[in-house]
Amino acid sequence: MSTEKLSSASPGTEPGAEDTPTTPTFAMMRTLGIVSAICGMIIVGSYLVTLPAAKANRRIATERAVFKVLPEAKSINEYISLPGGVIESAKEGDLPPGAVKFYAAYDAGGKLSGIAAEGSAKGYAEAVRIMFGYKPECQCIVGIGVVSMRETPGIGDKIQVDKDFLANFESLDVKLNKELTALANKVETVRHGTKANPWQIDAITGATVTSRAVGKGINDAAQLLMPRLLPKLEKIKEKS
Amino acid sequence: MNPAPVSTWTEFTEGLWERNPVFVMVLGMCPTMAITTSAINSISMGLATTFVLTTSCLLISMLRHMIPKDVRIATYIVIIATFVTVVDYAIQAISLSMYEALGAYIQLIVANCLVLGRAEAHAARNPPWASAVNATGIGLGFTLGLTMIGAVREILGSGTLLGISLFGSHYQPWVVMILPPGGFFVMGLWLLLFSIVRKHRKSAADAVKEGCHGA
Repeated sequence: MSTEKLSSASPGTEPGAEDTPTTPTFAMMRTLGIVSAICGMIIVGSYLVTLPAAKANRRIATERAVFKVLPEAKSINEYISLPGGVIESAKEGDLPPGAVKFYAAYDAGGKLSGIAAEGSAKGYAEAVRIMFGYKPECQCIVGIGVVSMRETPGIGDKIQVDKDFLANFESLDVKLNKELTALANKVETVRHGTKANPWQIDAITGATVTSRAVGKGINDAAQLLMPRLLPKLEKIKEKS
Repeated sequence: MNPAPVSTWTEFTEGLWERNPVFVMVLGMCPTMAITTSAINSISMGLATTFVLTTSCLLISMLRHMIPKDVRIATYIVIIATFVTVVDYAIQAISLSMYEALGAYIQLIVANCLVLGRAEAHAARNPPWASAVNATGIGLGFTLGLTMIGAVREILGSGTLLGISLFGSHYQPWVVMILPPGGFFVMGLWLLLFSIVRKHRKSAADAVKEGCHGA
């Protein structure tokens, strides 16, 4: 019905398929082939042209996120920790299965000043991805920053600015148990005003779901990374 | 083939007012509602769409005699998707925070009916120059429409315009405006305003015409 309308609106360009000779298959294949080849060249060309700038942007964004949670750091190295506990420099491309990426931050003298890693958990809308800074001396988290989230403006996004909430992460306990297999105490988010222990996070009233996502993101990442990382800390003490 | 030659200027301005994609044709509503939470998002989305529109209409128009009609839609989509990919890469190279603010809506330009609509209705039957000019006009009209919605939502919803605070710290932002419902409220009010203006213009034009007849 709509085709009829179209063809009557524009005579000559949209004739009914029945009364015109069919296009030879070869012509269709030729056109699609040529068009795809042109398009392929355009895509590859623009990829190559924009790649250096895009990479630089990503590196700057990562550095900025790490420096935000570890303000005294001056440079970073990217590492991955493998399931067996092996730590190696991060390479480009996809992570091997089970590997966790983290950033070792160094001060001006090249000494390790802290570790930063990313954690994520489902928030109210999408995954809340946060970067947290970790100090080996106190085995605690000393700061968080949001990498990406789509939480409700004015409600969930308070996790970035709420002073009482951010105070939870000035020294959040993530000590390992004696066997160094898991955290001694699970990081957990508790109802506003009921925080009693240094491993608990005091939620924001009205933004409990987002607060919980932050706690779960940190816990999941720390449970995975810290047992692998702590025994090998010597290896990354100095900037390589 | 063309009934009457259309001037370049008319081709260009058609998209800005007479066939404004947002307020008159009401096309491409998905990005219109989703990313107009701030003026800068609206402008960048509009310009990205303008680039895709112009380049793909130019290429489609150049190839229009060799595209068999049976596979024309497939060909158009391949061409449009190519330029969407180019824009995607370009925005990643320009600003990562912009790329994250626009999210999936950059890739979704490929599904914007505005672009395919222009390709089918204009680029496929006009010479390259005219198509490119017309597409640019339509693209800028789209940018204008998005920015008008985005600016209002940002002013009311965050108390800022292009990131500059307008009312000082005591202003309590009207958060609903940057939430999805705000998009519909502002869009509705703009549509209302535009149809009132158009009605007035039309009745004024009719009055002039009648006057001429009388004389």
